[in-house]
Amino acid sequence: MSLIASLGAIEIGLIFGLVALGVFLSFRIINFPDLTVDGSFPLGAAVAATLIVAGWNPVAATAVACVAGAASGWVTAWLNVKLKIMQLLASILVMIALYSINLRVMGKPNVALITEPTVFSMASFGGMPEQWAKPLLLLLIVIVAKIVVDMFFASEAGLAMRATGGNARMARAQGISTDFHTMAGLALSNALVALAGALFAQSQGTADISMGVGTIVIGLAAVIIGETLIPARSMVITTLACIVGALLYRFFIAMALNTDFMGLQAQDLNLVTAVLVAFALLVPAYKRRLGGLFKGKN
Amino acid sequence: MKSWEPTGTNVTGVSDLSPLEKHIALIKQVVPAAKRIGVIYSPGEANSVAIVDSLKKAASAAGMTVVEAAAARTVDVPTAAQSLVGKADVIYTPTDNNVVSAFEGIVKVAQQGKLPVVAADTATVERGAVAALGLNYTDIGRQTGKVVVRILKGEKPGAIASQTSANFELVVNPGAAKLQGVTLSDELLKTAKVVSTK
Repeated sequence: MSLIASLGAIEIGLIFGLVALGVFLSFRIINFPDLTVDGSFPLGAAVAATLIVAGWNPVAATAVACVAGAASGWVTAWLNVKLKIMQLLASILVMIALYSINLRVMGKPNVALITEPTVFSMASFGGMPEQWAKPLLLLLIVIVAKIVVDMFFASEAGLAMRATGGNARMARAQGISTDFHTMAGLALSNALVALAGALFAQSQGTADISMGVGTIVIGLAAVIIGETLIPARSMVITTLACIVGALLYRFFIAMALNTDFMGLQAQDLNLVTAVLVAFALLVPAYKRRLGGLFKGKN
Repeated sequence: MKSWEPTGTNVTGVSDLSPLEKHIALIKQVVPAAKRIGVIYSPGEANSVAIVDSLKKAASAAGMTVVEAAAARTVDVPTAAQSLVGKADVIYTPTDNNVVSAFEGIVKVAQQGKLPVVAADTATVERGAVAALGLNYTDIGRQTGKVVVRILKGEKPGAIASQTSANFELVVNPGAAKLQGVTLSDELLKTAKVVSTK
């Protein structure tokens, strides 16, 4: 794998680390199977790209993208808790609605950012080459996002949200508004995913209507890879595991693109990726079986 | 349709088939030393798979090899482009929906990896491809119109051979060429329509 391919995997892996954090929040913390992310990822990209082209400051455009993502998550949760629409269906409804909304936001199927300023062009770290500066800035953003999420989960509101997902009846008995915390949780989750979309558009120079397809699959795979390889009870380590899972997943794709042995062809890419992920998930099981040999933490 | 010959049935037409031999000639003009053509496409698009198959044949006839990079979704296009760095000498982008949608991501990799992009779609040149030889769809319409006129005048469609376009539009982007590490020859600059990145 070339240096550019490795740095690229880190760059996109870090962006999907934010998606993984969002998916972890909805699926694991508030126990809500949320497919909205397939729509909120391109929503973040569409809002950020459109505002930047309209002359907005990239940081402000990215912030508005997060708010738009939060609104979409809020609507999904509202459909569920207020209108009693089944969780999966509520999120599917918002996801398909967002396809039209994203087209409306952009006014066309894709918006290009070539010469426009982006958060990446603003932070050049003293003239560092782009392929290094982008992963570095993303690393900083992801670390900040992780710390914010960790601090939130340790706060009273965060604990109430965890209680909502863990045992809603008990949470209600403690005076927690589970409706509110479900809506707030999905809003936070989709804000993270929209942030990822906004950063993806700015790092790759384009927001595109079909870029959201399969976001939930990547997010879930990242969460599961992370949780399997780094099992922990501590929230701080689990959020780290999600980001590591996303990075590993992108590395697997980059590795799969480099497999030209055994007659494997380009169309086998997804198969190779799946096999690599499956092998990674086997590692902890083998570690346990060989317990005596690997006296590690887990 | 099996061939370009008159079918004897009710069908004839004008095809917008990519002129792959001409594209390979263009690749050689842009990057004379190129031996390995990297091609990014979605394995789920029948149109693209057919183009890549023909490209392999045309490339081996020209003494070149094709390095494939699959991108099933638009978000995978940059990763696919990155995988070509060090494995190919030039990137060729077919008229593939995913590839054209995420074209800016390819251009960024092309600049970082000094891997010039030659495209099949002329509209992508002002988005950062170095050169493209494409069809002019206005001409295709005119050419198709002529076939229709022949049929309206009483000729049997089955007696008219199917055609491909004869008019190609060559577009180059010297600014993009510089960023991607190649210099365009004077001959190319003279014969082509010159655009710059928007």
